[in-house]
Amino acid sequence: MPYGFHGRLIDIDLSNEKIRIKELPEDIYQKFLGGRGLGTWILWNELGAKWDEIDPLGEENLLLILTGPLTGYYPGMKICITGKSPQSNGVVGSTISSEVGIELKAAGYDGIIVRGKANTPVYLFIYDDTIEIRDASKLWGLTGTETIKALMRNVYAELRRREGIRGIPKEPAILYIGPAGENKVRTAAVMSKLAHAAGYGGYGAVMGAKNLKAIVVKGTGPLPPVANFERFKELLRVVWERIFKVGTLRYWGTGAGGYTVGAEKSAEPIRNWQEEYHDDKRIGVLNFEFKYWVKDFWGDYGCPVTCMKLSYIKYGKYKGALTDMPDYELQAYLGTNLGIFSAEKIIYLAWLVDEYGLDAINTGNVLAFAAELYQRGILTKEDLDGIELKWGDADAFASLIKLIVERKGIGAILAEGTYRAAIKLSEIKNTDVLQYAVQVKGIAVGAHGIRSKIDYPGPISYAVSVQGGDHTSTAVKELPARSARGELISAFDDSAVVCSFTTFVLGFEERLDFLNTVTGWNITSEKWINEIGLRIIHLQRLLILLGGPDVYWDPRIHDDNPPRFYEPLPSGPAKGEKVDRNEVVELRKKYYQEMGYDEYGIPREEVLDKLGITNYKTALEKIRKRLGV
Amino acid sequence: MSGTENIWILVDPLRCSGCRLCEIVCSLKHEGIIWPEASRIRVFEFFPGINIPHSCVQCPDYPCVSACPEGALSIDERTGAVIVNKDKCVGCGECYKACPGNVPRIPKGKKYVVICDLCGGDPECVKVCNEAGYGALRLIHMDRRKVRKIFAVDPLYKAKLLAENLYGDKEVL
Repeated sequence: MPYGFHGRLIDIDLSNEKIRIKELPEDIYQKFLGGRGLGTWILWNELGAKWDEIDPLGEENLLLILTGPLTGYYPGMKICITGKSPQSNGVVGSTISSEVGIELKAAGYDGIIVRGKANTPVYLFIYDDTIEIRDASKLWGLTGTETIKALMRNVYAELRRREGIRGIPKEPAILYIGPAGENKVRTAAVMSKLAHAAGYGGYGAVMGAKNLKAIVVKGTGPLPPVANFERFKELLRVVWERIFKVGTLRYWGTGAGGYTVGAEKSAEPIRNWQEEYHDDKRIGVLNFEFKYWVKDFWGDYGCPVTCMKLSYIKYGKYKGALTDMPDYELQAYLGTNLGIFSAEKIIYLAWLVDEYGLDAINTGNVLAFAAELYQRGILTKEDLDGIELKWGDADAFASLIKLIVERKGIGAILAEGTYRAAIKLSEIKNTDVLQYAVQVKGIAVGAHGIRSKIDYPGPISYAVSVQGGDHTSTAVKELPARSARGELISAFDDSAVVCSFTTFVLGFEERLDFLNTVTGWNITSEKWINEIGLRIIHLQRLLILLGGPDVYWDPRIHDDNPPRFYEPLPSGPAKGEKVDRNEVVELRKKYYQEMGYDEYGIPREEVLDKLGITNYKTALEKIRKRLGV
Repeated sequence: MSGTENIWILVDPLRCSGCRLCEIVCSLKHEGIIWPEASRIRVFEFFPGINIPHSCVQCPDYPCVSACPEGALSIDERTGAVIVNKDKCVGCGECYKACPGNVPRIPKGKKYVVICDLCGGDPECVKVCNEAGYGALRLIHMDRRKVRKIFAVDPLYKAKLLAENLYGDKEVL
């Protein structure tokens, strides 16, 4: 028996209502760990040959819900959602906090492969050895809170009955989608616990396309044993003790960011990134904390940081809104980027997107894109179903969110996400609106700008990332490309499946020590950087370059920043700063070389061979043929 | 105060973050592995944010001990904790039925019940909760008073109270 994981996945075919257990040998875990890495391997193996033909929202796509060998052991438990992304048409490792991670492991599984499509809405019920596909027709259409309440009432009562005299079990854990996922909105997230989202990638839409409303899991067993128990306990304590001393992240979460990223770093999206600096104290953390936080420390299983805080509006127009801090990304994308500088309104919009099951980053991105088109007179009130989409008007944005969720009117176009909406609107309006789309390879750029050069991402961090605009998986700020920084480290966290808000207290060698202690392996930093991590990134690179069937990427065009980043910042201490196009070209060239890609950014055969990746010839031919190189 | 007599784990639910470090240290100590359902203290969360630490409160009349047909439960005279004799326990569930708080739990694959033993007087859960700075669990001195039993109620009941405290008239359960 392996240490740290089970070597077993639940494999569910919704089309044929077949359930089986898929066993995987330990060496696959050693080569890919779990989560993003293992998911990419499964996708490459099963779908690689016809990747470019597979509709991410079609029956053939797989939805993967995977833990990693560190899930449940390393403080801060996560689970990774992946599949063919309906945003990038590649693979995004979309990691979410949810007790589904620990419950799955306690039930005896490392993850779930969901294939096919159910005829009618269903949910999965997993309770140790019991795995069932159940009717969810009564849950279809429910918002996040309603879904949690309905499932918790019914399933928990059942679990109590079934545990009988063994005593009451704790509640089951739930992953679910809201109406946005049901309607296959490409910015829909897989949700958990009200305000937790696997946001990047659009996997809520994949779940919806499978008619899968929720996954409910209860495991009552122990986690798999660890290889070196005494050392494990020591390391656990080291991480805890370091984290207990962490300052503002524990006390404010990322909730101070709404003010600080703008005021201190000039890197916060404002009005669709037309500006990145503000000094507006109305969205300082004080105004969230003192007025709205009803819970100052909130965490998921085993998290010593508890960066989450609960905001709740008790009075007034937005009474009843209940969400996280909100997190910085939401403060920016549903706040400043929409011209909104009010804690109350940001909380309201955050609650709204949570309830609908939307990713706030990609949704906030497309909302601001639409608002800029309105500002420029390209989209009119008539185009917007009567909405006057003025910066700062939370109610107008709320109305537009509803249209997107229901795919009504302009909402049907915007529900496709910024990139696809920009292509469509460029056609309809006969003008290039892609210049206002702040995204990379179909994925909205996270709320950390690169123009001021003060924040953590650099000139090619988004441009060359295999996860596009994902701010949690940025390529290195400074070369060398192969180093214990940037994407290779994000790939580790997403594959070992741990939280980057708990791993930062360890150096990379120490993280590997933790992994080796749990698994009994001997993975070195060198092996990760030049082999395991590189293998995962190479596979992701191959798959995103294959892309299709509706959109494809050309590295010469799309390994680049949004046009806006080449415009000078108009205000603040970094006024006039912009990204230097020549620097991007130069860095990109070196990055390709150092990663082992060819001059076009395509993986090379000798490197793929060395990494043990096989059956790549057709993929490379397809990519080269399409690019004409 | 001599030694560890009459100790009690006082729970302040408003301070509980739901981090479950208490469950981790408990199962590591008692089971030698991370095992959420075998932890002698468990944090329930029937609705996000409503975190309910739940464990034995050592009722002064010890209904579980009286209900045990096998004589497998006894009282640690020093700490007041309920001690399970694993060899005598047959997993019949009588203690669970007798417990007003639905606390005793028979872990999967085991033939015996697990109940908090107060770690012999220095509970791991309390230590980690305070190290982490939350203070949701506190070790206090308290005689075997009747008031202890006030807290021996089902976690669902506790959750309903706390939900109203946090979220007012918003219906969440």
